[in-house]
Amino acid sequence: MTRHIRHAAAFCALLLLALLANAARVQVVQAGSYNDNPANRRPDIARYRQPRGNILIGDRPVTGSRDTGGRLRHERTYPEGPLYAPVTGYSSQRYGTTLLEHTEDGVLSGTDPLLTPLPLFTDVTRARNPGGDVVTTLNQAAQQAAYQGLGGRKGAVAAIEPATGRILALVSAPSYDPSELSGNGPATARAWARLTGDPDKPMLNRAVRQTYPPGSTFKVVTAAAALDAGVVRDVDAPTGSPAPYTLPGTRTRLANEAEGCEDAPLRVAFQWSCNTVFAKLGVDVGVDDMVSTAQAFGFNDPDLRIPFSVARSTFDTSVDRAQLALSSIGQYNTRATPLQMAMVAAAVANGGQLRTPYLVERRLRANGATVSTAGSRPARQVMRPATAARLRQLMRDVVREGTGTNAAIRGATVGGKTGTAQHGLGNAGTPYAWFVSWAQSHTALQAEVAVAVVVEDASGNRGEITGGGMAAPIARAVMEAVLNS
Amino acid sequence: MTKVGTPLAAPDAPAPTARLPRRRGVELALILVALLLSVYGYCAVGIARSGTLPPGAAGYGAGLGVLALLAHLAVRLRAPYADPLLLPIGVLLNGLGLVLIYRLDLETPEDRAAPTQLVWSTLGVGLFIVVVAALRDHRILQRYAYVCVVGALALLTMPIFFPAVNGARIWIRIAGFSIQPGEFAKVLLAVFFAAYLAANRNALAYTGRTVWRFTRLQLPTGRVLGPILAIWLLSVGVLVLERDLGTSLLFFGLFVILLYVATGRTGWIAVGLLLAVLGAVAVGRLEPHVHSRVEDWLHPFATIEAGQGPNQLAQSLFAFAAGGILGTGLGLGHSVLIGFATKSDFILATAGEELGLAGLSAIFLLYGLLVERGYRAGLDLRDPFGRLLAVGLASIWALQVFVIAGGVTGLIPLTGMAMPFLAQGGSSVVTNWAIVALLIRVSHSARRQYDGQAVL
Repeated sequence: MTRHIRHAAAFCALLLLALLANAARVQVVQAGSYNDNPANRRPDIARYRQPRGNILIGDRPVTGSRDTGGRLRHERTYPEGPLYAPVTGYSSQRYGTTLLEHTEDGVLSGTDPLLTPLPLFTDVTRARNPGGDVVTTLNQAAQQAAYQGLGGRKGAVAAIEPATGRILALVSAPSYDPSELSGNGPATARAWARLTGDPDKPMLNRAVRQTYPPGSTFKVVTAAAALDAGVVRDVDAPTGSPAPYTLPGTRTRLANEAEGCEDAPLRVAFQWSCNTVFAKLGVDVGVDDMVSTAQAFGFNDPDLRIPFSVARSTFDTSVDRAQLALSSIGQYNTRATPLQMAMVAAAVANGGQLRTPYLVERRLRANGATVSTAGSRPARQVMRPATAARLRQLMRDVVREGTGTNAAIRGATVGGKTGTAQHGLGNAGTPYAWFVSWAQSHTALQAEVAVAVVVEDASGNRGEITGGGMAAPIARAVMEAVLNS
Repeated sequence: MTKVGTPLAAPDAPAPTARLPRRRGVELALILVALLLSVYGYCAVGIARSGTLPPGAAGYGAGLGVLALLAHLAVRLRAPYADPLLLPIGVLLNGLGLVLIYRLDLETPEDRAAPTQLVWSTLGVGLFIVVVAALRDHRILQRYAYVCVVGALALLTMPIFFPAVNGARIWIRIAGFSIQPGEFAKVLLAVFFAAYLAANRNALAYTGRTVWRFTRLQLPTGRVLGPILAIWLLSVGVLVLERDLGTSLLFFGLFVILLYVATGRTGWIAVGLLLAVLGAVAVGRLEPHVHSRVEDWLHPFATIEAGQGPNQLAQSLFAFAAGGILGTGLGLGHSVLIGFATKSDFILATAGEELGLAGLSAIFLLYGLLVERGYRAGLDLRDPFGRLLAVGLASIWALQVFVIAGGVTGLIPLTGMAMPFLAQGGSSVVTNWAIVALLIRVSHSARRQYDGQAVL
């Protein structure tokens, strides 16, 4: 009997071993895949257990957190949701994160290893760092001025500090309140369905994710190319361009809205936005130089991150001469985001040097200690400094006595360029009103702000939808806000 | 561990004078360690959840301490040679179970189970003291074999006359307490099996016909096999009617192990396996809910893929995985996501998540040690009934732990059953304390016989 008791004991030992081996399988070997199973709610519970860090302007938070007491405990709040939505994006328990909430999620949710003072210790104790804060480069007054300026009309504003690339304002209208998407209940689902189904696309970030035909504002780029390539040596010399201008190789005749464009010198043509002159200049410069100048400004770059990605602005590289003529006045396949056009103005204002734009100034631990700063951004010489100086003069003239007088600010030098972009089949769509500009107060050493405004509102009278009429006042309000702060 | 060596090793020596150490001091020290661990766990939950010591920590520790010390006194007075590990392990597992249930109560404030469980634990320890004090010799039980089996069958049949709870007819409700009579029936059946097999083991072992000439496989005769098979079939039939498959699996395993130990015939294993296969096929065919358990076991994430969210087994696996090696710490896991039966059948998931593989392995090893002490007592005894009883009682624990722990960790199909001492369930706690008491008695007899005067 003793022998058989031992056999039975050995059987029990076998059962014990099977349990131990299986426990190791579940808790160690398979643990990773179980933990990552999308149906496992633990990561979400841990994520929302603590309040999320905030997105700040200076030291003022534009986001908040609400303790719901539920299983997913803390929910995001946005006290001024629609105003900052194109910067913050949303942080939803149901629909994930976008924009800064997405790219800065590691810091905000506390998982970023940068936040951990003692990495190994934290691994063992499984403690989660409190969420850190993200300080943006935004200028609150400029952001508000831009939002109020658009006043709910469809459009967008982007403003940059030319010397650094700091983004001062990023506004898209119509906007939405990301607070509505924070939770995971049926109300959130309804808000999502409503916002995504809205024909006005309130969740589209028009400032960085939408491209528009830049129209006449693109003439800044064409002028820079013509001056840099030596096609134009004297801005006051006649350019020998006919009006109307027959597109090379076609019978299509290009006309002007303004008078006196025939054989106009560059200064006059820029001031009154002569299509014929710039179309011919583009053709004279040639595809290669036009493309390289446009790309130096940032066109055709799919990789721009601010830190969220910016839609690619385009300048077609394989065009015939007629298409090149149209491309050079911001038509055909030329398209730009408002941020891209702000970069164009910024490069001119900054002596031909373009700083990559960015939105995040600093990242902080919950206790306020800085864990990383933006540092100095890479700069790129877009055009010769002499070219930039002449372009500044041309843009100043536009505001002083050309199409952009609505943007003039007392006590500051302002340069700008208007644009009215045709689009749609046979140019049937309501044109977009553009204005790009920069401003430097008389006491400052360098330009303090560069802005691009686009208004795509259909409600206006067709004759009034011009860059100078609709977009320039908004640009002026934004520039004044920056100069005054 | 066996103290066989002292008297047997030196036949030429003068009459043995060395007294066998009784080890009651060791037992007391281990009980104190078990109490400290339990109170520590209780405090850890409070600190993790609210940052302060839980209000009842002292009372909880004192209550558990008084119970454990009374049990220890009973052993010291009435069973001084008893194995010193059995009682401390029982106290530790019971204490840990109370901590886990208390911890889960925090997630369900409207449904508190820990106070009730403490009352049942008190009753269990009370029964332990009664058995240790009143049962002078375990061999007395042999006389009551048929009383036991009648009692067991009565207990098993009783719930059929009460309404089903959660689809299983295994509970009866009296005065707000729900009792699971099948739990008590386990012990009675083990006593009956041990007594019957001890009386008939020669007949069972040496008669019968050889099936294959060149092997030792030999089937028993129908005359001896008859009664025991009938009782087994009856109990399993009752259980299938009550839809409690875990217990029916347990009875079957217990039956096969005891038959094998009593007779040493591999033929019994063959018969057992054959019956198991037949039973499994039949039950699988007739019972749709068994079939679905097997499907769940094979594809634990099928409901997720079907878009219905994770089922209980998937949630249980998630909980174990979340624990990893060191666990999240008591009070910091989310095993409550399992939903229904978190405190009873799935209590181990909470241990796995919050104590990790380290804590879970420790718990398994504690059960292993408990079973080993039972088998050790069986090996040390001389009388066949005592040996079979010890082996049977220890095997109940081994099988029960394997069936439920294997079920919730995805090793075998899940069948509802209580984790001994840990899980919420009054009948189970009382029964387990009764088993400890019986093993204490048996081990006392086993070791006393070597203390000079009793044997040789």
